[in-house]
Amino acid sequence: MRNFEYQKADSVNAAVAAHAGQPSSFVAGGTTLLDLVKIDIMQPERVVDVNGLPLYDVEELDDGRLKIGAMVSNTDLAYHPTVVEKYAVLSEALLSGASTSLRNKATTAGNVMQRVRCPYFRDGVSACNKREPGTGCAAIGGHNRSVHAVLGTSDQCIASHPSDMCVAMAAIGAKVLVTGPDGEREIDFLDFHLLPGDSPEKEHALDADELITHVVLDAPIKGSRSTYLKLRDRASYQFALASSGVIVATEGNTIRDARIAMGGVATKPWRAREAEQALIGQPANEQSFKKAAEIAFKGATPYEHNAFKIPLGQQAVVRSLTNATAARA
Amino acid sequence: MTDKIQAKIIGASKPRIDGPQKLRGEAMYAADHHLPNMAYAYGVFSTVASGTIDNIDLSKAKQMPGVIDIFHHDHFPDLYRTPSSFAQENKVDETRLPFEDGKVYYPGQFVALVVADTFANARAAAYAVKVDYSADAEPIATLSQALERGDEPKKADSSGHSRGNPDSAFESATNRIDVTYVTPMETHNPMEMHASTASWENGDLVLYEASQGVIFARNVMAKVFGLAPERVEVRSPFIGSGFGSKLWIWPHAIAAAAVAREVGRPVQLVVPRQQMFTTTGHRPPTQQQIRIGADNNGKLTALTHDSINTTSMVDTYVETTGSCTKSLYDCENLRVSHATVGANHGTPTSMRAPGAAPGLFALESAMDEMAEKLNMDPLEFRKANYTERDQSMDLPFSSIHLMEAFEKGAEKFGWAKRNHEVGSMRDGEEILGWGMAACNWEALKMNCDARVSLRADGTAYASCATQDIGTGTYTIVAQAVSSITGIALDKIEVELGDSSYPSGPVSGGSWATATTLPAIAEATRSAIEALKSYATGDGGAFAGTKADDLSFDDGKLSDSNGKSVAYTDVLGQLKLANADGEAHTPGAPQGEYSFRSFGAHFVEVRWDPGISRLRVSRVVSAIDVGQIINEKTSANQVEGAIAMGIGMALFENTEYDERSGLPVNNNYAEYLVPVHADQPDSVDVILLDHPDYAFNEFGARGIGEIGITGMAAAVANAVHHATGKRIRELPIRLEELMNA
Ligand SMILES: Cc1cc2nc3c(=O)[nH]c(=O)nc-3n(C[C@H](O)[C@H](O)[C@H](O)COP(=O)(O)OP(=O)(O)OC[C@H]3O[C@@H](n4cnc5c(N)ncnc54)[C@H](O)[C@@H]3O)c2cc1C
Ligand code: SF4
Repeated sequence: MRNFEYQKADSVNAAVAAHAGQPSSFVAGGTTLLDLVKIDIMQPERVVDVNGLPLYDVEELDDGRLKIGAMVSNTDLAYHPTVVEKYAVLSEALLSGASTSLRNKATTAGNVMQRVRCPYFRDGVSACNKREPGTGCAAIGGHNRSVHAVLGTSDQCIASHPSDMCVAMAAIGAKVLVTGPDGEREIDFLDFHLLPGDSPEKEHALDADELITHVVLDAPIKGSRSTYLKLRDRASYQFALASSGVIVATEGNTIRDARIAMGGVATKPWRAREAEQALIGQPANEQSFKKAAEIAFKGATPYEHNAFKIPLGQQAVVRSLTNATAARA
Repeated sequence: MTDKIQAKIIGASKPRIDGPQKLRGEAMYAADHHLPNMAYAYGVFSTVASGTIDNIDLSKAKQMPGVIDIFHHDHFPDLYRTPSSFAQENKVDETRLPFEDGKVYYPGQFVALVVADTFANARAAAYAVKVDYSADAEPIATLSQALERGDEPKKADSSGHSRGNPDSAFESATNRIDVTYVTPMETHNPMEMHASTASWENGDLVLYEASQGVIFARNVMAKVFGLAPERVEVRSPFIGSGFGSKLWIWPHAIAAAAVAREVGRPVQLVVPRQQMFTTTGHRPPTQQQIRIGADNNGKLTALTHDSINTTSMVDTYVETTGSCTKSLYDCENLRVSHATVGANHGTPTSMRAPGAAPGLFALESAMDEMAEKLNMDPLEFRKANYTERDQSMDLPFSSIHLMEAFEKGAEKFGWAKRNHEVGSMRDGEEILGWGMAACNWEALKMNCDARVSLRADGTAYASCATQDIGTGTYTIVAQAVSSITGIALDKIEVELGDSSYPSGPVSGGSWATATTLPAIAEATRSAIEALKSYATGDGGAFAGTKADDLSFDDGKLSDSNGKSVAYTDVLGQLKLANADGEAHTPGAPQGEYSFRSFGAHFVEVRWDPGISRLRVSRVVSAIDVGQIINEKTSANQVEGAIAMGIGMALFENTEYDERSGLPVNNNYAEYLVPVHADQPDSVDVILLDHPDYAFNEFGARGIGEIGITGMAAAVANAVHHATGKRIRELPIRLEELMNA
């Protein structure tokens, strides 16, 4: 950790204004930022503390959407009654992430903005285009079993996006509300995270001086059920090897609407639209689910040690769809 | 004399007497000491695996706030190496001194050390130090690279063993298997970081060190600084466990003490978690070839176990995987051998059940494979090769209840209901697998001194320079004193973990209990003798009586006429503060018996093929370690070892990049150890509790390590039963089981 200047913001505008002239990092829960500062991977000269900004509410809007303040903790969001009742996939995804103490600190905006777990990104010396553009990607040809992707990769970066919460949000559909020097704007959740392409250092659509104020979830799909399944080596406290968040609405045994998003296998929270389309109108059975899972991984690129993520990811999709459509006990 | 009391307190289930201190945050660990005027040191660690330092650029770091000095190989005091000897009690695994020269032998090696006024300033400046290296050779990052590219493996003859004609007996065996097992590098991950707080006064060193062995640590520091041992004191009253990594002194402790002397202030140095993977030891990776020959009745006719592990480029550490193989089963023709090959890692060290943990993974997996080949129940196959004689020493075991462990464990587990067909036992979407393995560990006992005082205020005091590494040593020492004096546990003060106390054993090898308790008991009796001599002397409560005619029971001295006086009154009457006793007890008796502990694990795994999920769901372990001193802390040790064994089977794996030689997962998020959610739904520990009085007066053989031995094999055997896949390389990963 290097020393940095510290400033506490007392309003959203003050937080944004604090950036003027001198780029700085916001700190919310600090569970990503301070971790990376301590191991010298992030080296902000100035840190603007956004704790205390009035962004702690979870509010149901008139149009049925849910507006979540940037500072709402992962724990509070997971246990919010509306989330538990109407967005099970989000509650389950949040609770599958990290550990209790981390979730208590971690915030909604911080989670959206968390950095990759790639060991070469974190060791400070290996070639890594994300940390030091143009140096190459040590993960390709290296240890790329657990935290590397098979979807959305490029020759420049293959790190998987680590978030569970974001997978659920990708399935649900959401808008990210941000405030910058020129005022507020809205970014579609699926456009928020960027594919690595040729510039893996650019991870999201947020400008350096913009602050996330809220995430607004789409209204739940009527009559749907949703669930999240995370597969990993140990039973808790590990990032996903593969995960699947699904929302399914059925009529009789026919699938009327479906959403599938995947984590651990892709470089950003991954929505499998083609697979969703293939499900609609089909009977809710293993055959349809398997078909959808296959489509979801069409075009996947395996690397030296993570080819198993393709069948594993498919298993996650099939089982979560099965769980979401199983007869209720 | 004390049988009645002993029966009550020895073997009882007692909570740790130091528990409240820990709960209240009063237990002071090495890095909790913030001494007046103390400075903080932070390391700069090599970012190459092998090479030479060309240049260290301190220009920026030196200007940073609070920096006092920055040390490196061109700016560091000359020190002495210690000879590494267990017998002389100055063993270290890494003999190279920190900053000895400009060579880099492994990544994460200390290359500079910043001393500053605060921890934060020291760390910030350490990050600003720029080191340039030139590479010497391609780094050797793994055992397979070492075997491909490294030097010829070096034989470790002293740990080998051979009897009969193993090779020819194998060649002519009716049934044979020849299999190779691979275990990964594993890293001890105690909660408490390695830490040293060093201060000098008038040329004397006081070191607060996270240490499993204060006497060894003191002796090593004395050798390194060229001092008489009396001038060094090492304190380690509490440690947040060590699993072997804190047995011997590592470079950081030497560095902390050296720079404290240089800057003339106390210095604290905490090893960051990342470098606890590189510079404080690890369990080295092994490759083990096992060949078994058996006849059609399931009798072993030949057994060979040839093992190789990596060591560092500077020291030789042998992982003695064959240590159990040579005596666990009856077999006339047998060989075990060990060899090492160099790699660019820090020096390996003992990790809980060194040798035995990886060794029994191999042996007990191979026994399962042979049982399968013979179409025999794996438990019956083991029983068929049971022996009560240690053929490697040609001595009988002092006490062996392995058959009882097999039977009680099997019964509790329900082994008889096992359907031997692979994949045949199902529960909904899950396939159950049932496996078992034997466990085994050597019982050792060292020399030990101790001091005990009976105090006029009704309390007792005991001290010994052994350590409580979280296992409950404070508590069992108090139990030992209580068992003889009748004084209640909460009136017994125990002090451990300071090299100025009477010399005690390293907390390792599961020998602390068997070593320390007899010394404590002897010192207690000698305190009672002192009390008797006071009582029978002038002005004493029993003046004129012969000391030999007095007995001590339940805190009272009594004579044959029925007169009894509380020992507090005996002392009080004479205005004496205490009656003291000291003792020295020897190591284990030699030549008559082989002392070993035994046991068996029975494991159920659940494999959900639909989502490739593997979990250990049930464990029954029956353990034969002689007398149990404290049922609670004993069961804790086995339960903890089972958890660690699950980690060994399924998760633990320290990885290095084969191209750069750099560590890959040296952090607590990506180096996986089992968490609560991985614990089996039920864990049953059966403690057989048959005292082994040939070993020591308490009949206890120690219990810290045996529980992890055999555990990985039991899991792997259960996995085979569930999936049909024989996994010979740890950890067992789901991708190896997919499509099973
Ligand atoms: C050991 C470990 C295990 C973990 N396991 C999981 C897991 O299994 N699943 C999972 O999903 N996550 C996991 N996490 C990640 C965790 O969820 C994130 O660290 C957390 O959500 C980040 O939130 P925070 O508030 O602490 O962010 P901070 O660390 O405060 O900030 C993170 C980033 O977001 C920026 N930021 C913060 N607030 C705003 C804002 N309002 N507007 C714009 N930018 C902002 C910061 O500048 C910083 O760059 C784990 C983390 C750790 C350390
Ligand atoms: S995968 Fe991405 S983060 Fe990892 S080394 Fe390559 S570029 Fe860096």
